[in-house]
Amino acid sequence: MTEVLSASRAVARPGARRRTPGQRKEVRRQALIGWLFITPFALVFLLFLVAPLAYAFYLSLFTKGLATGTEFAWFSNYLQAFTDPAFLGGVGFVLRFVLVLIPIQMLVSLAAALVLDAITNRFARFARLMIFLPYAVPAVIGALMWGFLYSPSFGPLQQLFDVFGAQAPFLLSPDNVFSGLVNVVTWQWAGYYMIIIYAALQGIDSSVYEAARIDGANAWQLAFRVKVPLVANSLVLILVFALIGTLQFFTEPAILRPIANGSISASFTPNIYAYTVAFSYAQFNYASAISFALGFIVFICVFVFLFATRKRGSIFA
Amino acid sequence: MKKSRLALAVVAAGSLIASLAACSSGGSGTSQAEHATNCTNKLMVKSAPTVTVWAWYPNMANVVDNFNAAHKDVQICWRNAGQGVAEYDKFQTTVSANKGAPDVVMLESDHLTTFEIQKALVDIAPLGGNKIKSQFSAGAIKDVSSGNAIYAAPVDGGPMALIYRTDVFKKYGIKTPPTTWAEYAADAKKVHDAGGPAFGDLGSNVPAPLVALQIQKGAVPFVYDFAKDPKKITIKVNDQASKDVLDYWAKLSQAGQIGKQDQFTTDYVSGVVNGKYATYLSAAWAPGYLTGAGVGKGADKGKFAVAPLPQWDASNPVQVNWGGSAFAVTSQATDKKLAAEVALGMYADSKSLTEGWQKQIIFPLNKSVLSSSEFVNAKVDFFNGQTANKDIYIPAANAYQGTPYSPFETYYYAQLTAQIAAINSGKISGPAAADALQQNLVSYAKKQGFTVSD
Repeated sequence: MTEVLSASRAVARPGARRRTPGQRKEVRRQALIGWLFITPFALVFLLFLVAPLAYAFYLSLFTKGLATGTEFAWFSNYLQAFTDPAFLGGVGFVLRFVLVLIPIQMLVSLAAALVLDAITNRFARFARLMIFLPYAVPAVIGALMWGFLYSPSFGPLQQLFDVFGAQAPFLLSPDNVFSGLVNVVTWQWAGYYMIIIYAALQGIDSSVYEAARIDGANAWQLAFRVKVPLVANSLVLILVFALIGTLQFFTEPAILRPIANGSISASFTPNIYAYTVAFSYAQFNYASAISFALGFIVFICVFVFLFATRKRGSIFA
Repeated sequence: MKKSRLALAVVAAGSLIASLAACSSGGSGTSQAEHATNCTNKLMVKSAPTVTVWAWYPNMANVVDNFNAAHKDVQICWRNAGQGVAEYDKFQTTVSANKGAPDVVMLESDHLTTFEIQKALVDIAPLGGNKIKSQFSAGAIKDVSSGNAIYAAPVDGGPMALIYRTDVFKKYGIKTPPTTWAEYAADAKKVHDAGGPAFGDLGSNVPAPLVALQIQKGAVPFVYDFAKDPKKITIKVNDQASKDVLDYWAKLSQAGQIGKQDQFTTDYVSGVVNGKYATYLSAAWAPGYLTGAGVGKGADKGKFAVAPLPQWDASNPVQVNWGGSAFAVTSQATDKKLAAEVALGMYADSKSLTEGWQKQIIFPLNKSVLSSSEFVNAKVDFFNGQTANKDIYIPAANAYQGTPYSPFETYYYAQLTAQIAAINSGKISGPAAADALQQNLVSYAKKQGFTVSD
């Protein structure tokens, strides 16, 4: 995006020198229109993103005790956050979750996209819709439905086990909750990522495939040697999305918490912890600090990742 | 063409600014307290001033209608903002925001101190609270008071007892319900060894009854006097009695003799219906909530009975409470006198009280009901015609001594919930959980600025 903008500006500049006063007026006028078109976005952005962020940061610099008043405390909340076992435990969980979930998610969505790209009958369209459907269901509703699917009294899993007179494993028990949630989130998002990869695949010029076939490439080679390298950009994009989303993991565990018999705790993920600290324990200052600390961790993770996958000509080169 | 584009941009930007401005003016126009716009009930006298109420009693709709029908000068605008913690989280947020709280809020007595210390509640003693003192027992008034201040109008109590399944007891040869905790554990083992269902349940989402059972053995988790010194607190959640009780339940749980299911969930209720739990240690209001969820209506009709709470020392019985709620006036209320009138008058008329105790939604604290022969001699349908009030609940309520609560009950319960979950997953022993809890609470209280002794 930045590259495109700077490129177009670079093209426009040399012409500006030779402009007549009339043309200059016209340019100014066009710039004004441009700004006006940005205004709606800029306003919403400032009002609902930048301003709350600034306010939260301001809050995070104070401490407030039940028995004391509000005091300015510099960065002591941050110091507390990075030594708070509850916060660090949550961070540890989401980091482990990232390591397991993202490869699975990428694999499922990439496989689905490649298969759907290779077949072109009516079934492909139906399958594409079906894989995408879980993403179209709002995350909260999806989590509620998973709550039913996992239920040890009513869930279909239990009904299947009932045939053999056995007790199905409870997928939200302390030992299973990790994989239980990986399963939920994989289905929730795989369809969306699949569409991104699929769109990238559709954008490839078919002459590339022809050339590969003439060179004697079979279907597997076509997929892994031609298609995957050509959609690598989308894969990086998906990874960044998934990384940010997973580090901020909140909705699914928050919804499944009431039925998880305590295996999803109040500090399960950093965001759940921030939510509990703010809205149950009434410590908005500390919660703001936790949120900023999490944002800091997300920023570092994304930066490291983008730096590792950088290409020549990108902002990191 | 170009002009129209400019015009379009101006209109787009302008309309957005206008709509944003409309947003904010809508917000700033309201008064501090919640407006009476989203009432669940229908107002009967439209011209009268309204008082907003949050409450979750299952028969609240009738209670509100009873009050509104009897009052021309004031009307209740009621909403159900969730049960227990769900409501407390919302109320806490309105307290922190200093905006959006209802005029009157339903709180369990254990959470009153938590909000008193935040100056969120109004002392209603001079607003009519002193006049109702004679209608309640001294203990009931003590639970809602701090020094001379009365912070809520009491409605119901929660004397605990042992609810059990007669069919399960019969099947596994338990002739009389356990009267001591030793018998309870022996019966649990007996049923478990015979391949029977869970004898009880240790749900991590209901820490309050576990605390009550600790207090039954003599635990004193907190010493705190808001009226005398709000900054001083004694915390002792790992005294021997607390450890013993946690150890007792941890052993039952880790031996698989009781369930580990969170309570009030669909799975739990279905388990209760299907006889997956032989006993349910709960308060007098529990049958009302269970029947509301569908228990005792189908194949399990008439299968429930109730016995006194098992004791550690049968010769020296101790009775405890779980829950029991009251109506408090919030400091955000616009007209505090009017709000106090509602808090004191709501659920105090005989029609509401009668419906409440007949459906077992409340165990009334109002002396007029407690002494009425209709209440005392009632044959309770849920318990298959047992005279449960006379035999079990009234003696339990009379022996109740009151409970010391902390000023951070929400935090305390959340930490205890985490420890129960750890116990249920076999990660920690009961005494170790008590020690971890003690350490956690002491450091939290110090950070909150309390002078802590332990």
